[in-house]
Amino acid sequence: MPAIQIPTQKWSGKVREVTLGATAADGGTRAKTVTVGGATTLPFLHFDGETPHAPVVAIEIQDRYPEDWSPILLEVWGDAAKDPASWAKAAEEKGADLIYLKFALNDDLSGDYARKIVRQVLDATGLPLIVFGPGQVEQDNDILVSVAEEGEGERLVLGVCEEKNYRTIVAAALAHGHLVDARTAMDVNLGKQLNILISDMGLPLDRIVMDPTTGALGYGMEYGYSVMERLRLAALQGDGMTQLPMLVTPGEETWRAKEARTDEGVPESWGDWTERAINWEVLTTSTLLESGADIVVLRHPESLKRVKGMINALMSH
Amino acid sequence: MALSGLQIYKLLPGSSKNPEVKKHANCKECGFPTCLAFAMKLGQKQAKLSQCPHVEEESKSRLEASAAPPIRLITLSADGHKATAGNETVIFRHEKTFYHQASLFVKVKDNQADAADVAAAVGAYTVDYVGMDLTLDGIAIEDAGGDFAATVKAVKEASSFPIILLTDDPVKAEAGLKAAAGTTPLLSAATPDNWEAMAKLAKQYKAPLTVRAADGDLNALVELAEKVKGAGVEDIVLDPGVRDYSSSLAVFTQLRRLALKKNERKVGYPIIAFAGDDPMLAGQHIAKYGGFVVLDSFSPGTAYPLLVLRANIFTDPQKPIQVQPGIYEINKPQPDAPMMITTNFSITYFSVANELESSGLPGWLLVADAEGMSVLTAWAAGKLDAERIAKGVNTFGIADKLSHRRLILPGHVAVLMGELEEELPDWEIKVGPREAVDLPNYLKTQWG
Ligand code: SF4
Repeated sequence: MPAIQIPTQKWSGKVREVTLGATAADGGTRAKTVTVGGATTLPFLHFDGETPHAPVVAIEIQDRYPEDWSPILLEVWGDAAKDPASWAKAAEEKGADLIYLKFALNDDLSGDYARKIVRQVLDATGLPLIVFGPGQVEQDNDILVSVAEEGEGERLVLGVCEEKNYRTIVAAALAHGHLVDARTAMDVNLGKQLNILISDMGLPLDRIVMDPTTGALGYGMEYGYSVMERLRLAALQGDGMTQLPMLVTPGEETWRAKEARTDEGVPESWGDWTERAINWEVLTTSTLLESGADIVVLRHPESLKRVKGMINALMSH
Repeated sequence: MALSGLQIYKLLPGSSKNPEVKKHANCKECGFPTCLAFAMKLGQKQAKLSQCPHVEEESKSRLEASAAPPIRLITLSADGHKATAGNETVIFRHEKTFYHQASLFVKVKDNQADAADVAAAVGAYTVDYVGMDLTLDGIAIEDAGGDFAATVKAVKEASSFPIILLTDDPVKAEAGLKAAAGTTPLLSAATPDNWEAMAKLAKQYKAPLTVRAADGDLNALVELAEKVKGAGVEDIVLDPGVRDYSSSLAVFTQLRRLALKKNERKVGYPIIAFAGDDPMLAGQHIAKYGGFVVLDSFSPGTAYPLLVLRANIFTDPQKPIQVQPGIYEINKPQPDAPMMITTNFSITYFSVANELESSGLPGWLLVADAEGMSVLTAWAAGKLDAERIAKGVNTFGIADKLSHRRLILPGHVAVLMGELEEELPDWEIKVGPREAVDLPNYLKTQWG
């Protein structure tokens, strides 16, 4: 009987390598840098091609105590969540690869305030830093420009950089040596288009991470899943404007969902709250990793541990 | 893989080298004017091969084989419950859709005192997700040195779900098959050591049979599958013998590619996958090509997210999940709470409902019938206009529940304001934000 030939798939394209953070040698102060991308295969198919860098996990911290977060999260982070510097340290201790600092929407957000917080976090951790504004164009522009100045040379990732405000954010990234998180709403063509607009302003492609947005499990996750799968296929087929590592925020999406957030008035069939909530976060995340995510932002340290275990298992071959 | 019309024509009497067959060429008995015309219709699946009485035996078997699905459909059943796998046609869900949801089985052991209780709990478990009742699919019973047949019997009595018999011992297998009489269980598994006895049992008891190789050795797997097929077993399930994330993903992907892209019939069967106690590994099996997925334990806090994951992955990308049009109450609204309009595309609805719920602000949500499209798409396609919104307002009886007459229109369809004022003269129309995430802030600042 003729032997079965393993059906391998060789691609012409390759995901671009992107490095987050800069050490003293490169003009920053980070203890280490994190490089993602470089894959010449769909996720974790080592018989098809190379995956030189494993996907990485960032932990989300916020500039002020997030009172509206699920009690499960507030309990597990405890007092650390009351101060961004100690929160960053705690996240690093729990094994995060990156810190994702999110500024919550607040009336007295200002550039100076944002500078102060970013400085505290940079001083508290040696991990590369991703900084997101509240997602409102005006506030984002205000604080991210100041953050870019304060973090000069650190190769921060600034987000979100959307069609509405990309000019300001990209200009700040260009001037101060940072990267941007290019976010579009679950659509292959919109994603490509924004990358083109950003690179037309002169930001090198290896300073862009693509953020195709996702929903949590049960809340549109499958759209994000298929959009990411299509983007990665396009990248491997040689489409340069999709050959960027992808960042998604399954933690934020999960913990907005009722399943994770609360145990009040929910059906008995939903089961134990903590078990369900952690499963919601890790399953949203693991499914997105299987479809091409390179950077995932999580909220719960137990999810961090499990997802890192899964990534390690998938990287071994 | 399906043959083209011309490829089919080469196998019909019109192309035959045998004069005894060739003489029937274009005899029209099939109901078509020529063999070629018939071939074209066959290629489009608009005719049946049996319509031509003159096809040669060899051509017939080739044509029949080409018409069979590249991954055989396997159905396990019991008491009206079915677990089905196979018949998939694509590697990625966006290429078309995945058809048969991965079946989720929970494992019990034959030396486990509460096996029947677990089976009962698994069988009784049901959870609502966007109006669908999601359930698990079956029980796998593992031979762990206990009384296998008695456990099978107890499980069968405790739940009405299909069963997988996990034993390599033909004696226990037969006892299990007898205990499972009246159902179609999966016998798991035939190995290089026991395959003759197992194949015989599978045939005798009409049960599908798993073939198991070691460490993802596909050649050994195919060899075994061919052997049991040769012994008369047609319903086969593959267990390539891998259990970890990395090898499962690699080997299952290879099997799917071989079946679909290489037209390799010898692996054209669904896969049984074992997830142990790891929900993420079960999630991988659901998304990446497991047909029957076996979990080591049952717990609602794990079953619910896995069932939702499965529902999501197996949703037809062309037919998004819709929610029922109507009035939805968020956070126990009073008559003075704001009233907002959105569409019945599930993701649109959920984004809005979720933002409101997490903000704690009460509100009434009028979900208009926009044929399952998002606000902007529906508006562009003419499925969300002033008339439809007005119809919703009037037919859902929202006015009786409110002490005010103000409604909030999604910012994306602000252009509908004028027309809507005409349709609903008693109402004050307000334009809300474009994105759901901005809704809580809008309500806090603009609704007073
Ligand atoms: S029945 Fe149709 S296909 Fe068959 S030989 Fe006659 S014309 Fe050809």
